[in-house]
Amino acid sequence: MSAPDIPSRAPARAVLPERGPEPVRITLTVNGVDRAVEVEPRVSLLDALRERLDLTGAKKGCDQGTCGACTVWVDGRRVLACLTLAITCEGREVTTIEGLAEGDELHAMQSAFIEQDAFQCGYCTPGQIMSAVALLKEGHASDDREIAEWMSGNICRCAAYPHIRAAIRTVRDRA
Amino acid sequence: MTTAPAVGRPVDRVDGRHKVTGGAHYSADVRPTDRAHAVLVGARVPSGRVTGIDTDEARQAGGVLAILTHENLPGIATQPPLLPSLAGMPAPGQTFFPLQDEVVHYSGQPVAVVVADTLERAQHAAALVRVTYQETPSVTTVAQGRDDAYVPDAIFGGFVPGRSVRGDVEAGLAAADVRIDATYTYAANHHNPIEPAATTAVWDGDQLTLYDATQGVAATQLTVAALLGLSPSKVRVLSHFVGGSFGCKAMIWAHPALAALAARHVGRPVKLSLTREQMFTSVGHREEQEQRIELGADKEGRLVALRHHKLSPTSPFDDWAEPSLGVASQLYACAHYEGVYRLFRANTMTPTFMRAPGEASGMFALECTMDDLAHQLGIDPVELRLRNYSETDPTTKNPWSSTGLKECYARGAERFGWHRRRPAPRSHRDGDWLIGYGMAAAGYPVYGPNNPQRARARLYADGTAVVQAATPDFGTGVATVMTQVAADALGLPWERCRFEGGDTALPGIAAAVGSAGAGMISAAVHTAAARLRDQLVAQAVADSQSPLHGADPAAVTVRDGRMMLRDAPATGETYGDLLHRNFLPDVEASGAWSPSPESHHYGMMTFGAQFAEVAVDPDLGVVRVRRMVGAFAPGRVLNPKTARSQLMGGMLWGLGQALLEANYMDPRRGRWVASGLGDYLVPVNADAPDIEVELVDVTDDIVNPLGVKGVGEIGQVGAAAALANALHHATGRRVRKLPVTIEDLL
Amino acid sequence: MRPISYSRATAVADAVAAVAADPTSDFLAGGTTEVDLLRQNVLLPRRLVDINDLPLTGIEDRPDGGLYIGALARMSEVAEAPAVRERFPMVAEALVLGASAQLRHMASMGGNMMQRVRCGYFRDASSPCNKRDPGSGCGALDGFNRGHAVLGVSEHCIATHPSDVAVPLVALDARIHTEGPHGRQVHALDDFFLLPGATPHLEHPLEHGELVVGIEVPGLAMARSSCYLKVRDRESYEFALTSVAAAVDLADGVIRDVRLALGGVATKPWRARRAEELLRGAPADIGAFRRAAREELAAARTTPLNAFKAELARRTVVRALATLTGTEHAS
Repeated sequence: MSAPDIPSRAPARAVLPERGPEPVRITLTVNGVDRAVEVEPRVSLLDALRERLDLTGAKKGCDQGTCGACTVWVDGRRVLACLTLAITCEGREVTTIEGLAEGDELHAMQSAFIEQDAFQCGYCTPGQIMSAVALLKEGHASDDREIAEWMSGNICRCAAYPHIRAAIRTVRDRA
Repeated sequence: MTTAPAVGRPVDRVDGRHKVTGGAHYSADVRPTDRAHAVLVGARVPSGRVTGIDTDEARQAGGVLAILTHENLPGIATQPPLLPSLAGMPAPGQTFFPLQDEVVHYSGQPVAVVVADTLERAQHAAALVRVTYQETPSVTTVAQGRDDAYVPDAIFGGFVPGRSVRGDVEAGLAAADVRIDATYTYAANHHNPIEPAATTAVWDGDQLTLYDATQGVAATQLTVAALLGLSPSKVRVLSHFVGGSFGCKAMIWAHPALAALAARHVGRPVKLSLTREQMFTSVGHREEQEQRIELGADKEGRLVALRHHKLSPTSPFDDWAEPSLGVASQLYACAHYEGVYRLFRANTMTPTFMRAPGEASGMFALECTMDDLAHQLGIDPVELRLRNYSETDPTTKNPWSSTGLKECYARGAERFGWHRRRPAPRSHRDGDWLIGYGMAAAGYPVYGPNNPQRARARLYADGTAVVQAATPDFGTGVATVMTQVAADALGLPWERCRFEGGDTALPGIAAAVGSAGAGMISAAVHTAAARLRDQLVAQAVADSQSPLHGADPAAVTVRDGRMMLRDAPATGETYGDLLHRNFLPDVEASGAWSPSPESHHYGMMTFGAQFAEVAVDPDLGVVRVRRMVGAFAPGRVLNPKTARSQLMGGMLWGLGQALLEANYMDPRRGRWVASGLGDYLVPVNADAPDIEVELVDVTDDIVNPLGVKGVGEIGQVGAAAALANALHHATGRRVRKLPVTIEDLL
Repeated sequence: MRPISYSRATAVADAVAAVAADPTSDFLAGGTTEVDLLRQNVLLPRRLVDINDLPLTGIEDRPDGGLYIGALARMSEVAEAPAVRERFPMVAEALVLGASAQLRHMASMGGNMMQRVRCGYFRDASSPCNKRDPGSGCGALDGFNRGHAVLGVSEHCIATHPSDVAVPLVALDARIHTEGPHGRQVHALDDFFLLPGATPHLEHPLEHGELVVGIEVPGLAMARSSCYLKVRDRESYEFALTSVAAAVDLADGVIRDVRLALGGVATKPWRARRAEELLRGAPADIGAFRRAAREELAAARTTPLNAFKAELARRTVVRALATLTGTEHAS
């Protein structure tokens, strides 16, 4: 259904199948690997990754969508894992910081963050890097002002911001 | 491999790879088998008593293992006194431990701990605990408490007197040619590191292991041991990665002990992470405050008298204020001085250290007032400060151990282009924007520990070394710089050294607070590593099979792991040769360091100068910070890369302090109005201009062996004042409150 | 968060039927409001019906030069759509200035229309709030209300409507299309957002189970020359203190037609009809802009803490109009 003059007339199914509230078995595709996990439907993608799948790279900074530390990709787009329910990710591709490097070889953005000292405590860093790589793909890194705006969803309390911009510039200019 | 000294090189962080791959495990990332989750329930009223706790519904929710309240939690063994954690003793953030009785002192005070098998179940059950209260009137704001203020004997754990006087301030003010009387108000601030405080507690019999987000593992160990009545020997604390602190993990709050008690109660490992909202009511804050400055000067702008009073709320239990008057009383030569702290009891927890604790607020008041003085007398602000430069510490008349302040002014001004500033406000424009330039001085004390700081160095026969000290790395880069320090002392390339920390099983280090970490830890590491080198050299010259046999140890130098005669480098051997030949898999030495008694005869301070350019949209009141330049003289810089990052971060904290960061108590409800990062605004990337950091070289033989004065706080001191002074220059408007927001500029 | 159960719908009719039949079911789209408020225990559904697989993601041209935006098109997709950027720049600008890149990838356009207020007293399940708990009182009225509304307020609620993109949409006379138990409905956007009055818990004229399926934006030539101006404390990732969406049709220095709406200052996206009326036919000069802004804000009801927002809103209106018309603005 789309345009207003073509109303939907599909008959409704009587009852949609309902899962939960007790734990249900779901399969998540994380970093290219199918992972079966038992979760209640209320479990966030972030808590599923961190507490059930041993992927603690994505960090919990606020659990309210206000810091960006939990940034991961779902179907290639950067999103906040704290406001995403795990069960909604069935059938979608989830990518976390653990899936960025190729074996021992760091992604260029990971190397650039180290070179530019784009972090101090490192806690927001996985989210920053997942955001930064996505930013380049989105094409919003033409200048520092644009980078700053489009990286503003990732708070760095150590305030490494100028160095984060430098790291992104470096990778952009190498490409 | 290089032979140049490692110290002073911009080495990449040694833990960088862990941090960029998600491989760095913070306290909430450890996952012991069978781990349960604890969630705190906070009081919903600021004052009164708990009259009932109905846990029936919560108990019936799935997965609940325990609900602990004052009715069933074991009482604490002892409440240690409040001492700053640098003292190296138990360091509770306040002398109140919750869940001991039914009295509520402040909103958010824990009234129950819920433990369940999953986080979601613990959170849900916590929401189902029904607590009823008998509420009594509360006091939470300066406006409410002003009339009940008192002057305490001492604040800050007893280290700072409530009143300090030199000369006769009243006479000085009377004699002054110019007087300025100004009052400054400050919103409360919260640290808000992105990692919420978290503790994972694991019991093995009567042995407790805590994974805790802390600035000092020993502080956690000693505090929890005292509270639980355990021997410290039964408590091990690990803290390998800490996601920022800025002071809120410098003191030990209730949650590590509560995690331990909960774990003992349920017989399983327990993780307790504070929520973001709980970070506003559980780990201290920078208190709301008001400061009044009365300043008298002669016609040339030389200070004659300074009166500096502060009024702020403290908790019902402790006399705490951040020491705002300290550096502001020491920076300028001024014969007549009076500083007074006034406190009133309020329904809050005890406030605590927050980056540049005291200096950031006190220097804002002083440096804005100095800007007023410069403006009033028509003297350039830099020149005014040079005229008031003090060759000695004005509070003791002791000489400075090192300064660099004048050079900071000069180098900062040059790098900034200060000479382009036209003195009159509103005299620079860029299109519709009003442009302003401002500056301020910066100072931060060099603190020393109260007890010996220890480290251990071990060299393996393969020529690699491990150096150990108990300190965690919460973003300072300590693991990186200590690798460099050890490398130079041992005569090894830094790549062959590794630092291990964050574990009370390692040699003891006090909490790394007050910018003291780099100085005291490098002293311990240097001492241990140098002792190990001397031990190896001594063994070589005593070894008849060594080419160095019989040599004077003082004539031996070590480079790239090879001991050799300084004057005949061909004569020598590697550490590895010596060890292999003597069937030694490794050699180890320990070192300890305490500040020298001589240091008491010096004023010890890190100095700096801050410069800022702002653009103001005069119609809309919008401020954009265009650039900030800071020149600092922090003594020896162990690693300019990590040091610059910390200084830059501090300056941007000044930006947040100046323009964004605020929390207020709703006086009717006695609660903070902001409880998350959506309403407590910290700078985002778009707020942060590029930052220029100028490092001014000063040698200091007094503070510690390597002459390190610290970079953690100085970056923030004076930054907010430089910005406010730039706003005044841009608009002609003097705003005496923090933060400065749009309504102040309309 | 309470235990919840979960269903995933693949057809609109299924989703509507499932929620309509169960007062304890809610729709789940991007989740940026829903999951947040579930965790705050402000929303308490028993079940979520996931609508993300519904075929409502298109952005289609309409014959009149307008657009039909599917309710599940994400904010980021709409912001990037060439048709939106060219024909309705103020819509694209409002989208890009809202939230963060991550949230814009998640949040759907329909969800944006349905988002809840950011008032701290609403978000705190233990504070009095007439919107969350009718009759319990309003914590904001004499609480900390610096960011609260000055237009459209009542003695029961002063919460600011948080949406950015709804502001240009209300200026554009957009229409909300819904599917519900009673079939297709079309709501003029201005009627879709209800003033709080004595019933702040009623935010939309929707019945339970009625699902936003699309947003129709009528063609408007002058919208090509439009802008969205947002003023806030932080440079990014923050809701507006004031914002203005404006489109102007200018000929020989005279305003032939104008669309104007305000955000950040009212309890709903605020169509500035009084100002539009005064501006139509007026010369494009600062005096006319100021007069219009003054008149529009004449009804403002302020508190000591948010009084500045009325003045800031006036200035924001003047600035937006001046920028759009290339008029010199004195400062």
